[in-house]
Amino acid sequence: MEKPIEKYVQLENVNMRFATKNGSFEALRNIDLSVRQGEFVSIIGHSGCGKSTVLNLIAGLLQPTDGYLFCAGREIGGPGPDRAVVFQNHSLLPWLTCFENVYLAVERVFEKKETRQQMQARVTAALELVRLAHATDKRPNEISGGMKQRVGIARALAMEPKVLLLDEPFGALDALTRANLQDELMSIMAKSGCTTVMVTHDVDEAVLLSDRIVMMTNGPAAGVGEILTVDITRPRKRLELAEDAHYNHLRGEVLRFLYERHAKAA
Amino acid sequence: MSAVTISNENLETIMKSKQTTARKTAANESVLIPAPDPVVVWEAAPALPVEPAKPAKPSGSSKFGLQLRLFFQWLLPPMFGMLLLLAIWTLISYQAQGLPGPVATFKSAVVVFSDPFYNKGPNDQGIGWNILASLKRVGLGFGMAAMVGIPLGFIIGRFQFMSRMVAPVISLLRPVSPLAWLPIGLLVFKAASPAAIWVIFISAIWPMIINTAVGVSKVPQDYMNVARVLNLSEWKIFTRILFPSVLPYMMTGVRLSIGVAWLVIVAAEMLTGGVGLGFWVWDEWNNLNVEHIIIAIFVVGIVGLLLEQFLLLLAKRFNYE
Repeated sequence: MEKPIEKYVQLENVNMRFATKNGSFEALRNIDLSVRQGEFVSIIGHSGCGKSTVLNLIAGLLQPTDGYLFCAGREIGGPGPDRAVVFQNHSLLPWLTCFENVYLAVERVFEKKETRQQMQARVTAALELVRLAHATDKRPNEISGGMKQRVGIARALAMEPKVLLLDEPFGALDALTRANLQDELMSIMAKSGCTTVMVTHDVDEAVLLSDRIVMMTNGPAAGVGEILTVDITRPRKRLELAEDAHYNHLRGEVLRFLYERHAKAA
Repeated sequence: MSAVTISNENLETIMKSKQTTARKTAANESVLIPAPDPVVVWEAAPALPVEPAKPAKPSGSSKFGLQLRLFFQWLLPPMFGMLLLLAIWTLISYQAQGLPGPVATFKSAVVVFSDPFYNKGPNDQGIGWNILASLKRVGLGFGMAAMVGIPLGFIIGRFQFMSRMVAPVISLLRPVSPLAWLPIGLLVFKAASPAAIWVIFISAIWPMIINTAVGVSKVPQDYMNVARVLNLSEWKIFTRILFPSVLPYMMTGVRLSIGVAWLVIVAAEMLTGGVGLGFWVWDEWNNLNVEHIIIAIFVVGIVGLLLEQFLLLLAKRFNYE
């Protein structure tokens, strides 16, 4: 196994301003961040602090006002299939079946290299990975919210992206479904070893899943407040960690950052 | 099954009572006579729903009760509505001279529909030919409007410049009464039938342009983000995202267009002549055959209803939410 690249995803002095009706709004100021290859990084912060903006910048859906973004040594110029996004609201196309939704992505990436059968096999494998082999021919409106999100994850992983970007992937789900999907995501990530950046506002989710947690200060002009390294060995077990002192200490660190030092009036 | 039989029976009784009412009215010329038959149906109503209220075994009786309730909720009110229409019509027919009542019209309709496809020269053809002629004009006018309007709608929806360019033209031309375009059509095409088709074209095109354009502008940003993240080609974006997403809006446009086209065709044919329902109405007016005019009104209504229902069914097929 090669040594993982240290600065696989890199943000250098990124500033982001949006033009609004009331003049320009400074969303992000001087964001510096690098993600190691194979690392799982969470970005946490209060709503409106610009954490989704950071993700959209890495995805290439937005262009920074100032600064540079790199992925695997190349500057990010726009969206591309090397950076797959799982959206909060799943964003599956309702007129396509689960299979077709995933196939649309696979086709785009592997069309020139592989035969139809090979690509179909990829789709089937991706759906099996998220344990949805039984829902292959169902349309998104025929399956539950958790299943839709799993199709979204399958679609992203089937593209074999360099970086997986998760935008509050479980935010719209109930607590139990969310916990199940978090566990599944952990085991999937253990298998694929994909570099991942996840935006979340769930403290437990961040501590449980991440190698590092990037805590953002409140906007406007939000920045990286602190970075917390989660040095808990994998595989992690939700129930064992619930009473683990170190886990609770880390959890407390994040909570203290969010509710003491950077509290936000509701 | 039982609900169906009940409805049939009730329909029969209602038909019978209606006929007797009509006969009675014919005899008495009394204004109040049509009232009794709805009352008869009413009396039965409160007595029957008692049965499903009992939490009986989930077997035949409660199933029967459900069907009964469905009957009272969904079949009875429309039947009342139709009866009321017939009653008012009957009343008016006794007040207005020369206006035939439902019975006379029905008898005439039986004759008209017994031979729908006769052909005695260009001005005297069966009702079937008239309907087909009107449908053909609507089909041609609407088809051309769809071929122009839907792509135009896509272009307007996708490109802001085009939208701003075309907006004043649409705003100016859309409110114009369809028949105002007829002289232009006659002048340009020098014939009646193409002019009628032209009128259909120009009146049916607006809802399709506007609804398609609105649909394109309403494509959820999420879907477009998917397209951007996957880096899909323009063709894939169109076939996999834009088109399916706009389809429901497009179908609404098509439905409105067909509705307008069918409204306009009768008026256009009245002015252009030849074969067709509109011409038939005018011809029968000249013959003072009022029964046929009323039959034509019903035929226009029923064909319009069928077109609408067909398109609704088609639209349902493309609804994914």
